This record gives sequence, structure tokens and C-alpha cells, in this order.
Amino acid sequence: MIPAAFAYARPTTVDEALRAVAEGGEDVKIMAGGQSLIPVMRLRLAAPETVVDLTRVAELRGVRDDGDAIVIGAMTTHHDVMTDPLVLQHAPLIAEATETVADRQVRARGTFGGALAHADPAGDLPAVALALDADFVIAGPQGRRTVPASEFFVDYLTTALEEGELLVEIRVPKLAGEWGMRYEKFNRVAQAWSIVAVAAVVRREDGHIAEARIGLTNMGSTPLRASAVEAALAGAEASPETIASAARSAAEGTSPTSDLNAQADYREHLAQVLTRRAVTAAVGL
Amino acid sequence: MTAVEDRATTEAPEREVGKARRRKEDARLITGRTTWTDNMVLPGMLHLAVVRSPVAHGKITSIDVSAAQQAPGVIAVLTGRDVADEQGSIPCAWPVTPDMVNPGHPSIAADEVNHVGEAVAVIVARSKAAAQDAVELVDVDYDLLPAVLDMEEAVAEGAQLTHDHLDSNRSFHFVFDGGEAGTGTDTDEAFSSAEVVVSRRFVQQRLIPAFMEPRSVVVQPQGDNYTMWSSTQVPHILRIMLAMVTGVPEHKLRVVAPDVGGGFGGKLQVTPEEVISLLVARRLGKPVKWTETRSESLMTAHHGRDQIQYIDIAADREGNVKGLRCRILADMGAYLRLVSPGVPVLGAFMFNGIYKFPAYRFECDGVFTNKVPTDAYRGAGRPEATFAVERIMDELAVELGMDPLELRRKNWIGAEEFPFTSVAGMTYDSGDYEAATQQALELFGYDELRAEQQRRRESNDPVQLGIGVSTFTEMCGLAPSRVLGSLSYGAGGWEHASIRMLPTGKVEVVSGATPHGQGHETAWSQLVADRLGVPFEDIEVLHGDTSVSPRGLDTYGSRSLVVGGAAVVNAAEKVVAKARRVAAHLLEASEDDLDFSGGKFAVRGTPGSEVSIQEIALATFAAHNFPEGMEPSIDADATFDPENFSFPHGTHLCAMEVDTETGMVKIRKYACVDDVGTIVNPLIVEGQIHGGLAQGIAQALFEEAVYDADGNLTTGSFVDYLVPSAADLPHFDTGNTVHEAPGNPIGAKGVGEAGTIASTPAVVNAALDAVRHLGVRDIRMPLTPERVWRALQDGGDGGDRATAGTNAYGGAQTETTAGVSTPQSALGGDR
Repeated sequence: MIPAAFAYARPTTVDEALRAVAEGGEDVKIMAGGQSLIPVMRLRLAAPETVVDLTRVAELRGVRDDGDAIVIGAMTTHHDVMTDPLVLQHAPLIAEATETVADRQVRARGTFGGALAHADPAGDLPAVALALDADFVIAGPQGRRTVPASEFFVDYLTTALEEGELLVEIRVPKLAGEWGMRYEKFNRVAQAWSIVAVAAVVRREDGHIAEARIGLTNMGSTPLRASAVEAALAGAEASPETIASAARSAAEGTSPTSDLNAQADYREHLAQVLTRRAVTAAVGL
Repeated sequence: MTAVEDRATTEAPEREVGKARRRKEDARLITGRTTWTDNMVLPGMLHLAVVRSPVAHGKITSIDVSAAQQAPGVIAVLTGRDVADEQGSIPCAWPVTPDMVNPGHPSIAADEVNHVGEAVAVIVARSKAAAQDAVELVDVDYDLLPAVLDMEEAVAEGAQLTHDHLDSNRSFHFVFDGGEAGTGTDTDEAFSSAEVVVSRRFVQQRLIPAFMEPRSVVVQPQGDNYTMWSSTQVPHILRIMLAMVTGVPEHKLRVVAPDVGGGFGGKLQVTPEEVISLLVARRLGKPVKWTETRSESLMTAHHGRDQIQYIDIAADREGNVKGLRCRILADMGAYLRLVSPGVPVLGAFMFNGIYKFPAYRFECDGVFTNKVPTDAYRGAGRPEATFAVERIMDELAVELGMDPLELRRKNWIGAEEFPFTSVAGMTYDSGDYEAATQQALELFGYDELRAEQQRRRESNDPVQLGIGVSTFTEMCGLAPSRVLGSLSYGAGGWEHASIRMLPTGKVEVVSGATPHGQGHETAWSQLVADRLGVPFEDIEVLHGDTSVSPRGLDTYGSRSLVVGGAAVVNAAEKVVAKARRVAAHLLEASEDDLDFSGGKFAVRGTPGSEVSIQEIALATFAAHNFPEGMEPSIDADATFDPENFSFPHGTHLCAMEVDTETGMVKIRKYACVDDVGTIVNPLIVEGQIHGGLAQGIAQALFEEAVYDADGNLTTGSFVDYLVPSAADLPHFDTGNTVHEAPGNPIGAKGVGEAGTIASTPAVVNAALDAVRHLGVRDIRMPLTPERVWRALQDGGDGGDRATAGTNAYGGAQTETTAGVSTPQSALGGDR
């Protein structure tokens, strides 16, 4: 449980951080809380040449109001996200899901951006960001660019972040109209990762479901949208029967893995049950 | 002159036994401001790291240590060949049958490895980091051999062999037959004439003790003397065994167990790493330290349970049990460790539980597999036995259409029948099963829960409710030495204590029972405070160092209070007897005319004429004015060897919600009433019950050591080996009845294992009760949501789990944490 030797940089600004990454050699890892990185380094699954620790980059912390969106700094801790008034007002789904992440100690150090950039398929926040159509602001040597959530998650533990780039903030659009949200997480002990989880964001209009966005956690190598369910729910009556019927296609297009918590067919089954429950709760039935 | 403070009041102090004192040791244990072994730093100390086998079974064809030897900071690299002449074999102290096969257990494998994680070399370096870095530089070639992983296959005709120098995978075949022993009638006859026979196969999964403090060893050589500090439950046994294994004479070896952070049986062992540390220190003449990583701990510290149980029960149609037949396969793993074979044999006398079976037969095969050895784990043999009988009683109740509690009541031993000699030949000392059950039913709210169960069934609620019952007794207070002798165990079961009266009136209590979190210091202080009449605060309990506490047999099997506490009480009585003689001398009275109360000797009928035992301690130190012919000491020793075991019992009730859509189970209510005899400290008893329940529930619902098809432990971290926390457990409603144990001066029966033993079957019975009407009749432990769901889908027992570790955390497994991976090892998994 002792990591291999590595160089360590602790910048205080984004510019310094980008420089440290550029100068860090072949294999640079960015530490944004370290709650996943340090364990894998201690197990020697990762042996980076340089670790760039963003803990002291103050400009990456905090949540601000930016008109049509709230903007969450990548280094905002889970604890600070969960308790932030803007998050609770405009994106309560994020707070609800973040409360289920690991334990208190991890939430005090782990960060929103760190969890998203790590892109663990069993992590809770990627599917939430996907369901909320968040935008990811990325800083690099050439300046900043913005990537939508639908393009950010590329593969298992792989994102649109290129070498030398940093995730700096996440823009979560404010939602207009009558929205309901729910994160249904399924795991075996309190601090564990999701076996499967479902993030549901639903807009109601005149007793109907005008729009539904469903994010799936751990149903493939990346977070997924349950597009068949979304299509079936769009414009549908907000009744238990229509929701149950739509939820049956939750596993369409997914490719879950088998591990000792669940084999693939059971994950597919769970996705259906949890989607029904999440949508039902989001709709307010 | 007196060094003892005068106390204003002459009232007798409040009785300590029975007081819910907070534990005096907790402040230092909880804050960590104490000497855990890994905190020790000695001048010039070197650090060890162990190179471990990534294969489950193979011949070592070559080891190249040259790169590691030249790595920065590395002092030496030793292989099994290097220490072959001095390492001996890890000892097994319990040859349960005369023809038991013991393959021998080198601390460092020399020619062949037999489980993933087995030591193949040790690195000695100036720092822990340097030692760890060099592990990756040792190059070992293996010729792979087939891995034996399944017990039922291992005992079949033509099976692959775990050890190719042995003839089979059987280590021993142990039989207890009540008919042959004269304690029961003929079992075959009981079954052939029975109206009803129910047969089941139960699986006790493999568990990992998962103590909080990883194992750690420090050895300091001083000339030809050696001091070993080890995070062990058994410093006294360790000292004897190390002397026998390594040839370091016993009187040249001191073993210290400083504060130890949990064991659960997992530190009742003589480990390869303890032997290796001693050998390295001896060879290099330098102090050394080895501390394991969590991954090493899960992979290489001994495991527990792992039995397949074939249980047959015979009864008549009215529900009177007629016979019990148990055939057990017990997985020893690759080697026999200290008491590996003894664990299932302890269970042999408990499968009959609290019931009056006329006929009983137990047979057990100890089976070798290419997995880490099994050995003691909280309850050791008795949870396995209790699970089997409490599960089969429920199955019989279903078969007969009887209420499970009614069936039990019909067959258990009546309160008026104690002492009762069981069909396994045990003499149950005291108890009242009906009283404990009644109290548990009241705590539980049994009738309301049954009514709710009915409502949920009728409305076809997706969340069904079930109620599980488990009653139990266990043999505690290990152990009467002559009984251990009759079972071929290599040592006795007595315990030793001494009491030293210091000149200032303070008291040192030396105990041979070494705690690792139980609270001995508090409980022993309470015992002595009452017997000597000195304040609780004036007592210090010393333990765990063979030079301070030279005689002892340590802590396991719910023995400390029952055996060790009894020795303390007896020593205290001897101190009082000696002090009485001094008091008589000082008060110029006859011993017979003295009353001893509240720590003072007073002459009966002569008010004001008194002397306290603390004053006598000073008078003894001075020895100026002492009884003629009496040596100037009132200190005393006692060794207590129990004549019988003690038999705690209890009734546990669990209400379980089962979400039939997902398979998720959730304990709705848990109530238990335990009879552990006299309670010295209710807070400690409550804590032991809570911890025991957590561990027993964990077996039912959460924990399982899973090996893949190549013999890699895939539950190699706490991401995959799920130990529940308070957040995952319900509120516990607990109660007690008290029937004193007649066999020791305290009246205590032992509480360390009770909760673990009784809870597992209560929980499983509850889950099955919730879904039995849906066609489910068994679910394998742990009851993962997937298993429950599959059992609901197809009526089986939930089946095997996929063996791949979770992909979360980046699939936190490497060759060094979980061995090699082949296509077979990823049963449907994508690492």
C-alpha cells in the first residue's frame, strides 16, 4: 500500500496547473481530491510520473449563478455541492445523488469535477450530469472549450479530456417549467458504488409528461441515456401504467458487465425496476 | 504513617459487578494514542516486505532475486530455499484423529506454492518503501498445476490433488456417534423407523475475519535473546510455538502483544510472517518490522467457516424429533494452521443445539483446497452447527405444517431438566429457554408482525415480510483441560492470574488472558474492586507480555471472563486470606473474629477496631510488624481449570422485508434475549452482543470470500468484501435472562460469540419465511439481492455469483493483489 515514487506539483492557479501538467513528463495524473487516484496508486495500478494536485487552486472551487445556468467549479467538494443553495434550488438531483456518494470522509475531500473526470461507470455523478444536459468547460494550452455531457464520456474511465487539459467547471442549465427529479441508487452497503442507478429528470405539463431525461449508472462502460424510455414517455400520460410500460425498455442499448454484485441480465432487470421507480417519483406519483 | 488517603465515609462502596462502567481502556484505544505494534520504532530497525505467489498451485522452477538484492536500500532477500533448514513448519496443535494428514506448512514456500498469496521470498530493506519497491523486482517462474477449489470435487474419485505428495485431498475423517458413545440411541435405526425425514444441503461460505488493525510484527534481538511484539491474540501460545518451530529456546524468547486492534479469531495463530520476522532478525542481528497491507491481510491471513453441510433430521408427525445426522465437508485450505482441524470438531458437539434428539451422528471430512487456510473465526464451529440445526428445524416445521416456534418448544430442554446431558455428551449447566423466548417475543412484537405479514401476503405487496427464529446454546469457557486432552488438543484450557498488592495500596492484576478489544482491564478491575474492597481506580490490569504475565492461554472462545476472570477472583480470595492473617496480627484478634467488608477487616463487636487491606499492603511492604513465620507478602496467584464448559443460550428473532422486485432484503426488526450468566459489566455485554449480531448478520447478508476459477481471491479489498457498518444494520432490541453458571466463582457464561452464533440463522430463516409462499426454499449466503431475485425467478438457491470483482474503482485488482487472470477467471466478467 505504498505508491511508487512520483513527482508532485501543487499549483495555485489554473495557468500554473496547466504549466505543471505540460512540464510533468510522459505520465501525468491530476489529483482532484484523490479519493479514487490515491487508492489505485497505493495498489500500484497507477504509477504516474507526476501528480498535479489541484487542492490549492481556489478559482476552481464554489458554485455561481451565471444567468441561464449554474456553474460548479470542478474542485468543489461533494460536501460543498450537496449543501449549496444554488444546487439545491436549480439542480436538486445533483445534491440527492451526491449524498449517496461513498461516506462523509470521502465527500469532504472528493470533488465534483474529480468524479466526473474519473468517469467511473459505477460512479453516481456522470449519469446525473448526462440527464441534466450539463456542459463541461475544459481548459488547455490553447484556451478553453466546452463539451456537452453527451460527448464528454467516451469510454471506460475515458473522457473527452485530451492530454494537457483540465476540467475547470461544469455548467448546469437552469430548467424552466414544472420539473421533477429523482436519483434511484441500488447498492448493498451504504458506502458502496452503485450496482445500477437511474437519474430521472421529468417535465410535467397538464397531467402529461412533456419531456423525460433518464441517465443510467453502471449499465455500460460510460453513463448512458435511456433513450427508448425517454421517447416512450415524451407526451405520455403521467400514469403508473404508462411509466411502467415505458420503463420496460430501460435496458435497450445498454451493455452492462457481470461482477460479483450482479450479472448482466440482473443489471438489465434492475435498470427497468429502478427506471420505473425514479420516473414515478420524479413525476410525483 | 499511611500512604493511603483516608476516606470520609465508612459505608460499603457500591458493588462494582453489574455496573455499566465505561471502559477505562477506551480513551487510548479509540484515539490511537497507544502502542499498536506498527507504531513501534527501534534504532536501526529494518523493514520486511513479502513476495507472494500469484498462482494458486505450482512448482517453483526458479527464483531470481538479483535485481531486488541490488535495489536501493535493500539489505537482503531470502527465499524458501535460504531458510529451509531453520523454518520448520507452521504448527498445527490439534490433530483431531490419530491418522490426520498434515502436509507440513513452510513459512516461505521452497518448492511448491499451494495458494495465491503464499510467501515465496522476503525482502529486507532500510525502509518500508524500499522493501515494497523491491517486491516487483523478484522474478519467480512457476510450472502451473491444476488448482483444487471445490470441496465436493476434491473428495470425488480421481480428483486433482492439492498437494501432489499426498494420496488424497482428505486430511481427516472425524466421527462422533451418540450411539457408539453411549449418549444416544442408534442413528440408522432412528431414521429407518422415522415417520418424517427432511434432508438439506447447506453452504457455510468462506469468511474473512477482517480485524481492524492489520497484522504487524516487530522483533528485537539482544544477544541470544529475542523480543517479539506482535498484533496477536495469543502471545503465550505464540512464544511456545515459536520456540518449538525455530529452536530459539523458550526462555530466550519474550513475546509481547501490545494493544491489539481486533482479532475475531483471526489473530489466534502462529503466522508465517511471525516466523519469518524472527528468522530474519536472528540471521541479521537487527531489529525488523513487518506490517501487512489490507490486501495482504484479506488474501493471506487465515479465513473462517467454509463448510458444506448435509443434514438429515428425523421426526414423527407430531413434531417430536427422533434423530439428527450431519455429514460435513470442512475446507482446511492448503495447509493446517494452529487449530484448523479443531474448528469443525468443536461444532461436532453442538449440532444438536438445545433439542432432545435421542439419536445423533456427526461425521466430518477435513478437505484440502488451493486456498488460504481456514482457522478460528468468531464462534469457531458453533455458528456452523447452530446454523444447520436452526435451518433444518425450520425446514421440518414447513414439512410438518407446524409453527417453527412451536416445533422448537416441543423439543427443547425444559428449565427443570438442568443440568442436562445432551446426546453429544455435553452437560448443559443452566438456563431457561422458555423464559428467554417469552421475553424475546415481547421485545419483538411477534403477533403484530405476524399480522402485518399476513396483510402483505394477501395484498400481494411487492415488499413481503418474514419472521425468523433462532435459538441457540454454545459451549463457552474454553476449556476443561482434560476434555481438550480427550479431543487430542495440544494444550490445556486453564487460565492464570496473579494479584500484587503495592505499598501505596494500589493493586496490580496480572492476567494470562490477553485482550484485543474486549475490555478486560475494566471488567477485571470491577471483579477485584468487589473482592478486595479497593476503589476501581486503584486497580491496574497487566497483560500481554510474557515477561510480565508469564503464564496464560490467552483470549478466544468466550473464555476470558469465565476462565481468566475466575482465576482473578480466586487470586483475590487468596490475597484476602493472607491479609486476614496480617489483620488479625495487627488488631491483636483471632482471624475467626474478623469481618471483611468494604475493604476493611474489623473485629466483630469492637467498633473502631479495623484496618484496611490497603493499609495491610503497606504494613506488608514494611514488614516491621508481621505475623510470626509468615513470609512478608500478601500477593497471590491462581490457576483456574474449569471442570465443565459454560453454556450461554438465547432466542433471537428477526423480521425481514424482501423487495420481490429487486431481491433486496432489509431487516425491519431484530430482538434477542441472551442468557450469558452473571453480567459483570452490562455495557460491555451489550457491546459484545451488538458486535456479534453485526458479524452474524454480515455472514447472512454481506460477506463472502470469493475465489475465481484460477484460485484468485476476487474479494481482495473492502470494495468487494462487504463488511457492513452501522448504516447497514438495524436497531437491536436486546435483553437478558440470568442463570448463573455453576462452574465458576463469577457465574458468568461468556458473551463474545453469542450474537454471531444466533443471528445468522435467524436472518436467513426470516428471509425465507418472507418468500417461501413464492416457491423459495433456500437461498445461499450471503443473501445478495441478485441471489434472492434469482431464487424468486427460478426457485433455486440463488446460485453462484460471478467471480469478477466490481469494475468500480478501476477494478482495483492487480497481479499482486489478486493473482493472475485467465479467461476462466473472468466468469462473465470484464476486469
